[in-house]
Amino acid sequence: MTPLADLPVWAALLTGFFLLLGSVLTLLGSIGLLRFRSFYERIHAPTLGTTWGTGGVLIASIIFHSVLQSKPVLHEILIALFVTVTTPVSLMLLARAALYRDRSEGNDGVPPFETVAEPRDEQRRSSNT
Amino acid sequence: MSALLPYPLLTASLLVMWILLNGLSVGQVVLGGIVALAASLAMAALQPAKPRIRSWDMIPQLLLIVLVDILRSNIAVAGIILQGRRLTRTSGFVMIPLELRDRTGLAVLACIITSTPGTAWVEYHAGSGRLRIHVLDLIDQQAWIDLIKQRYERRLMEIFE
Repeated sequence: MTPLADLPVWAALLTGFFLLLGSVLTLLGSIGLLRFRSFYERIHAPTLGTTWGTGGVLIASIIFHSVLQSKPVLHEILIALFVTVTTPVSLMLLARAALYRDRSEGNDGVPPFETVAEPRDEQRRSSNT
Repeated sequence: MSALLPYPLLTASLLVMWILLNGLSVGQVVLGGIVALAASLAMAALQPAKPRIRSWDMIPQLLLIVLVDILRSNIAVAGIILQGRRLTRTSGFVMIPLELRDRTGLAVLACIITSTPGTAWVEYHAGSGRLRIHVLDLIDQQAWIDLIKQRYERRLMEIFE
């Protein structure tokens, strides 16, 4: 039929479990993105998809391909690594942009800009660079 | 280290990445080695700040703690999403005074805080070392400050400073 028929039962069960875990978490993250009320709450929800959502699907892929090819297939780890390293970049961009807009519009519920920077520190920083 | 290997760690990780992508064989190791060496020499021309790792044995411990924490908060946030609006839940900002100054350490901390569902890195003030995070399920501010400082910052400082 398909190569799937060669897969032993234990591997099929494990693959199915992790695949379901990953996709359910990603789905929940998307629902959360829809249901949360404020922007700052919403940025938490997709993190489900970028951590164990991706992780579950990748573990399933590692098991499936390693068993079928009878050798460890591990390049999925690179996907996990790069997703983890690049998520903070986009998140910080979004969060700081939202903070900047909320502060300049004077919206409620946003902490004021940090004004307690010691002048000594500022000098040290500019002399370092 | 030397003129030939200015960034041994980078060269090694590039070689590992090459082998993971292309499979393990003598030819691929040689080819990957050449590519990794050339890439790290090119990197040396940019003269980035070189991170120093002081304590290697702390890394697996930190990695394990972070993986478990991420799994736990995945479950917690999934629970919050499933409960919907019935529950009165407060989210808010927490300010954490950090002592960690190493740039690589801060970058790793950013990855940890961002990857953990329920906490998000919002802004960092380099002059005073104050970090502001947003917490989805905020009950006790001091508990979050202690958690970040004790669990992650202390270990990161041991690794990088």
